[in-house]
Amino acid sequence: MTAARTLATARRVLAQLRHDHRTVALVLVMPCVLIGLVAWMFDGTDVLDRFGPVLVGFFPLLVMFLVTSVATLRERTSGTLERLMTMPLGRADLVLGYALAFAALATVQALVVVAFATWVCGMHVEGPVALMIAVAVLNAVLGSALGLAASALARTEFQAVQLMPAVILPQLVTCGLLMPRAAMPVVLERVSRGLPLTYAVDAMQHIAAGAAWADVRGAVGAMALFTAGALVLGVVTLRRRTG
Amino acid sequence: MGKNESAAPAVRARGLRVVRGGRVVVDGLDLTLPAGQVVGLLGPSGSGKTTLMRAVVGVQTHVTGELDVLGLPAGSPDLRRRLGYMTQAPSVYADLTVTENLRYAATLQGAPRGSVERVLAEVDLASHARDLVATLSGGERSRVSLAVALLGAPDLLVLDEPTVGLDPVLRRSLWDLFARLRDAGRSLLVSSHVMDEAARCDRLVLMRDGAVLADGTLAELRARTGAADAEGAFLALVDAAGAAGAA
Repeated sequence: MTAARTLATARRVLAQLRHDHRTVALVLVMPCVLIGLVAWMFDGTDVLDRFGPVLVGFFPLLVMFLVTSVATLRERTSGTLERLMTMPLGRADLVLGYALAFAALATVQALVVVAFATWVCGMHVEGPVALMIAVAVLNAVLGSALGLAASALARTEFQAVQLMPAVILPQLVTCGLLMPRAAMPVVLERVSRGLPLTYAVDAMQHIAAGAAWADVRGAVGAMALFTAGALVLGVVTLRRRTG
Repeated sequence: MGKNESAAPAVRARGLRVVRGGRVVVDGLDLTLPAGQVVGLLGPSGSGKTTLMRAVVGVQTHVTGELDVLGLPAGSPDLRRRLGYMTQAPSVYADLTVTENLRYAATLQGAPRGSVERVLAEVDLASHARDLVATLSGGERSRVSLAVALLGAPDLLVLDEPTVGLDPVLRRSLWDLFARLRDAGRSLLVSSHVMDEAARCDRLVLMRDGAVLADGTLAELRARTGAADAEGAFLALVDAAGAAGAA
């Protein structure tokens, strides 16, 4: 593994995104539209203040999971991955290169979405906004890492797209967004502790309510661990030799 | 490079066996390819050419038996700097320009400055340097893919059907390029199912059903079969193998 090859991979993925204006536009505009809809629908209530930050954290995870799993599957099926595996490129170089590129895209996404939510829709964030953006970016890296690992399970684009609901939706149900975790059946509450989105939502809800770094560092630490674990899984499931 | 390394055969296989999807695709293959030659790997579709090439470059799983490449076991990390591989389908990023594709691969290969311009000239694509690969024709894409394989100045080039879909003029210029690379001391393993390209190879390996049907110079194969060209020699050998199998 070398920094030069990791960075070259990140630059290459970003160059591919640069040529794909429509994807970039969707990544940046779609979350704003959804936040705008929520703000409009619940105008005059505190729903946006309570759930806006959670959405700001959820979008990067969702979008980066999808984009990464499809992008890596495309590498597997087009033969580019096969050739990369004959080159002096470490498997970790490739995985980290992807994670870095999508983290960069997610940073832009988080900045745009937070700016839109606070300035245009009037979302109030009691806690530090910078911390909210940092958690959103960490979510994006987590989503990329999960997408890389999940793409190893898919053989076709159809399967890759189906993996998104399979991996993300159960987490969305148990993360505490639909029902406070304290009110859940005990078994589901236990399960939710083993899923990364729980900690992302927890951190975002606390930041929305005015928590500082000291209050959320446990949740952020858990997310960092999940991200590291998913990156390792992404590296391990990437095979030099295939059938 | 040391004397021992340059003396090692480009490829040496003993009892090579590859299983793909539960089917034996290469079965007990023995082969020694000397370094510094253009070796043509010929045979019908499904004869195991691509599988053998994938095994040589170290990306094929379920490979048993002995397989040494440039004196090292196939798949050794040290080989990754010394191999250039071109897959059958052009393995380049369609959503990048030609130059962006080459720059990325050049960084991975640690290729010296100026390599991108050199390979663009070698495959005659300098005028398309700034074009998106997606906008190129099939033949142009496959030349971009070949250019990537040429970047690191590799000791062994493994090229899977590099001339497929190209017009005669381009095919000739690529075979001229392969000869120049050979003259510069490189080894090349080039697959093709166009038998008339056999005349441009120093040595031919005819494959059928995952085994080597014949291995030698075109002159040797013609003398052995009495055929006028590679295609005739191949058909004569297939008939002879069929007759031997039926007997």
